[in-house]
Amino acid sequence: MTKYIIKRILLAVLTVFVICAITFFLMHAVPGGPFNREKALSEATIAALNARYNLDKPEGQQFILYLKNLLHGDFGVSLKNGREIKAIIGESFPISAKLGIFAMIVALFLGTVFGSTAALMRNKLPDRIIVFLSTLFTAVPSFILATLLLLVFCIQLKLIPVWDANSHSYLLPVIALSAYPMAYITRLSKTSMLDALSQDYIRTARAKGVSKFKMIFKHALRNSLIPVITYAGPQIAYIITGSMVIETIFTIGGLGSKFVSAITNRDYTMIMATTIFLASLMVIANLICDLLYKLVDPRIKYD
Amino acid sequence: MNLNDIPEKNPLSMQLDLSKFSGEQFSLATEEEKQQQDVMSESTTFFKDGMRKLFKNPLAVMSIILLAVILATIIFAPLVVPYRYEEILSVEGKRDKGAKNLAPFTYSELEQRYIEKGGERFPHIFGTDEQCRDYFIRVVYGTRISLFIGFFASIIVLIIGMLYGSISGYMGGRVDLIMMRIVDIIYSLPDMLMIILLSVVLQEVLQFKSGTLLAKLGTNMVSLFIVFGLLYWVGMARLIRGQILSIKENEYILAARSIGAKPGRIIRKHILPNCLSVIIISTALQIPSAIFTESFLSFVGIGVKAPMPSLGSLANSAREGLQSYPYKLVFPAIVICLIVLSLNLLGDGLRDAFDPKLKR
Repeated sequence: MTKYIIKRILLAVLTVFVICAITFFLMHAVPGGPFNREKALSEATIAALNARYNLDKPEGQQFILYLKNLLHGDFGVSLKNGREIKAIIGESFPISAKLGIFAMIVALFLGTVFGSTAALMRNKLPDRIIVFLSTLFTAVPSFILATLLLLVFCIQLKLIPVWDANSHSYLLPVIALSAYPMAYITRLSKTSMLDALSQDYIRTARAKGVSKFKMIFKHALRNSLIPVITYAGPQIAYIITGSMVIETIFTIGGLGSKFVSAITNRDYTMIMATTIFLASLMVIANLICDLLYKLVDPRIKYD
Repeated sequence: MNLNDIPEKNPLSMQLDLSKFSGEQFSLATEEEKQQQDVMSESTTFFKDGMRKLFKNPLAVMSIILLAVILATIIFAPLVVPYRYEEILSVEGKRDKGAKNLAPFTYSELEQRYIEKGGERFPHIFGTDEQCRDYFIRVVYGTRISLFIGFFASIIVLIIGMLYGSISGYMGGRVDLIMMRIVDIIYSLPDMLMIILLSVVLQEVLQFKSGTLLAKLGTNMVSLFIVFGLLYWVGMARLIRGQILSIKENEYILAARSIGAKPGRIIRKHILPNCLSVIIISTALQIPSAIFTESFLSFVGIGVKAPMPSLGSLANSAREGLQSYPYKLVFPAIVICLIVLSLNLLGDGLRDAFDPKLKR
């Protein structure tokens, strides 16, 4: 077990390093320096700026310096507005995190509820409806769902106010963001619930005369949750990329929409910093999920 | 058998008294009658059996029909509709400035007058867009591009994943270990972020001579394919490696090796055909995910190059003026959903028909 944990943590550290390296060298492969303006700067100014941002050193050394700064929590400065990227992330990430966590909770909770309901009422009407809807929602890209929700509820029916500085309604963004993972988790938990229900220990429990409620919640549901946990790791990656789209559509000033606008503005330092930040977040989330998975199910071998 | 040989019936036995039957009632069966007794089902191959199961699945059949309809539309519609996807509408050589954002099946003033004069004008089935272009043909071309991307990206993923996975699985030992560590690292990279990063950079770095096929596709699309080739094959490689590891242990592989067959031949002739069904199924499921990725990239603004449309970029540009022209979002949105839905259902159907082991 300890060996597995150490191995897994080492792999995660290596991945984060690879991500930093890829991001750094890719961004430096882009032609043109950061000080190419429409109005040419004087040689002396450029040399001074290069010295200030260590751009006169060889690339390998620059990379090491960049890593050092990253470890100190210094992400550099945005090319477009000159603000500290650390400050930008600090103020916009909590909004994204709130949205993402809400969406994750909704998806996990409703997904397992719908999935288990479908499994318990197999081939009856609720099962059919749930299966139909979950198949449908795995085929709708999140940006289309978000735009349609915005069109119907905010613009046509005016039921929910459009997001602005005064009114914050997380309802529609959370629905749009959680729809796909919820549909997927529903399908997943239905199959795993059916699988759990056909196991010997369920038959034993029924033979012992355990009440139906206890059988479902104590024996079947707990065991059917294991595949759902494995899926939660990759899901965080989906939520993070999905929230870029959702935040842009609902004009929420989270980190996702900042990232999208950095891409459109070709703000390279911002792209670099946000990629590294979000990617490390995903790797850590995956690591936690993997370890949790082993912890929850002792039957799994540590190979 | 001689009837006279029939043993005498024990009076306590419940059996029939055979001696009561005369010779005619109890005769030997002819050859013809014997043949009737043999129950033989028609001989079937693995492929035929799978297809039969596939066509018994109503959802799979429905999605095949739907895909066929969409394919027929995108192949034949450009032959029927007289507009081109990048063409700004004009009437009798004059630019038609009034044909902006027309609703489906309506005409602009200029066109109306032209029709009243007795001219023929092909209806704008989906209306027109903000730059006076026929929207139907743009959706048709967008569907073409999206399907093209989905299909080719899957082929690229398939080829690279198959080569890598089969080599790794077949060689085993240290080679396998190193190759799989590389896969592990690529697998744990967040794919979407890396794709965005790579496309941003590749668009700046890649330059093509004008007139070549690559230039026609545009840097965005080429970088999309490169990105797929670099990152998305790992899942396929893992899958094929796992298959090969289990198939490798079979006796017929040992037999082939003992008569001196080379590794390349063993992989091609004996191992790959045996994991073909898994490969086909996961390729089929790869197409919708590639379409999803493309539409996401188009949304972020690094998809196909304008004026070339893709379903994602059409849906994205429809967000402006959403209040007044919601149909511009609805048409490409419906097409994306239908394609992804039917490909998903078809993939599931293929899985159930060809590989009952792979049920998830």
